[in-house]
Amino acid sequence: MENPFRSEAAAFRFLLATIGAFALIVIGSAINPWLGLAVALVLSVGAVVLYWRQRGEGPARHRVVAEPHQTRILVVANETVEGAELLTAIQARAPGGAAEVYVVCPALNSKLRHWTSDEDGARGAAQSRLDRSLVRLGDAGLDARGEVGDADPVQAVEDALRVFGADEIVLSTHPEGRSHWLERGVVDAVRERFDVPLTHVVVDLERVS
Amino acid sequence: MSAHAEAAHEHHHGPPAANQSSRVSPAVLGMLLFIASEAMLFGSFFAVLFFDRVVNPATTQWPPPPFEFPVFVAGVNTCILVTSSFTMHWAVQSIRKNDRAGLKAGLVLTILLGAAFLITQMVEYAHIGFNTSDGAFASTFFGLTGLHGAHVFIGLSLLTFAAIRSFRGHYSPEHYHGVEIPGIYWHFVDVMWIVVYTVVYLL
Repeated sequence: MENPFRSEAAAFRFLLATIGAFALIVIGSAINPWLGLAVALVLSVGAVVLYWRQRGEGPARHRVVAEPHQTRILVVANETVEGAELLTAIQARAPGGAAEVYVVCPALNSKLRHWTSDEDGARGAAQSRLDRSLVRLGDAGLDARGEVGDADPVQAVEDALRVFGADEIVLSTHPEGRSHWLERGVVDAVRERFDVPLTHVVVDLERVS
Repeated sequence: MSAHAEAAHEHHHGPPAANQSSRVSPAVLGMLLFIASEAMLFGSFFAVLFFDRVVNPATTQWPPPPFEFPVFVAGVNTCILVTSSFTMHWAVQSIRKNDRAGLKAGLVLTILLGAAFLITQMVEYAHIGFNTSDGAFASTFFGLTGLHGAHVFIGLSLLTFAAIRSFRGHYSPEHYHGVEIPGIYWHFVDVMWIVVYTVVYLL
């Protein structure tokens, strides 16, 4: 039996199976209440046995193996991901490009769009910024990859740490007064929640332009 | 630029192992926890129902005379809800084939059928002839069917958001999670109604 929560089609098939099973239970009960109970028990046991025999192998597990002497840096930034200050900070931590860099761009979204699952635009914008940033890091000789993260930057850090064991987190924000993340205490929250050294980089995009 | 490393973390040595606390993937684990919470919620209501029907010596007949459940009307309502699952399935299959008209029509029909179910249930409540103060069986009946009705209302809200987005040109054959996830929820609301209808009205 396919996991009915993996796709709508699987859930629909599960519904049809449920209708069939309960129809049999009702027919059995109409003949004799004990027969209905027996049908219910047999179907329940059958469903469990079927599930365990067909569930197959679980998803492949990824082991994170760090290269010796190679620093692993987790970079968290959104609008400031292309800032020169951020690039300088990363290069300072990776002399000669001896670092593995993982960039996470949280897909910032309005609350209304978040609650209506309207995240395509936010994810698209974050992906564009991430792509440009990765090209820039690659041009600087750094081994960089990345992903679009959760709209909540703290959650995005947690998600990233599950697949990327970082030596250090570099978190980039706008200057105080223009940064929503600073106003919300994101830097302090990341510092308190994760046992990984944190560097806070302030990128002033207005000064650059 | 102002950059400052954390002195408090100087004891850290090397990268921590990537943290995955169990063999179950996070997505599946999250969904299993959601199912478990829903099962416990409905399970508590079913426990009350079975206690009242099986264990309570005062209940010799279900529903206790002179009350009766509108089995036929609820049966028609069941057909309406099951049909809405077919239209929901049609909507998702349509967007997978890039058939936007099918997506919109499927979602609108599903919403209309779901709304018809809720309205019929409200009419049923109004004419059923007993109220929550008429005994444990009545409280159980309104509790279980009302809990399910609340789930239908949540499902309708999710489908309304999906329909609005579909009319605004969202979704594609590659990106249709916003339709598929409410679809999964909707099918399980239907599954739960099959259980409720069978146990409360038929058996």
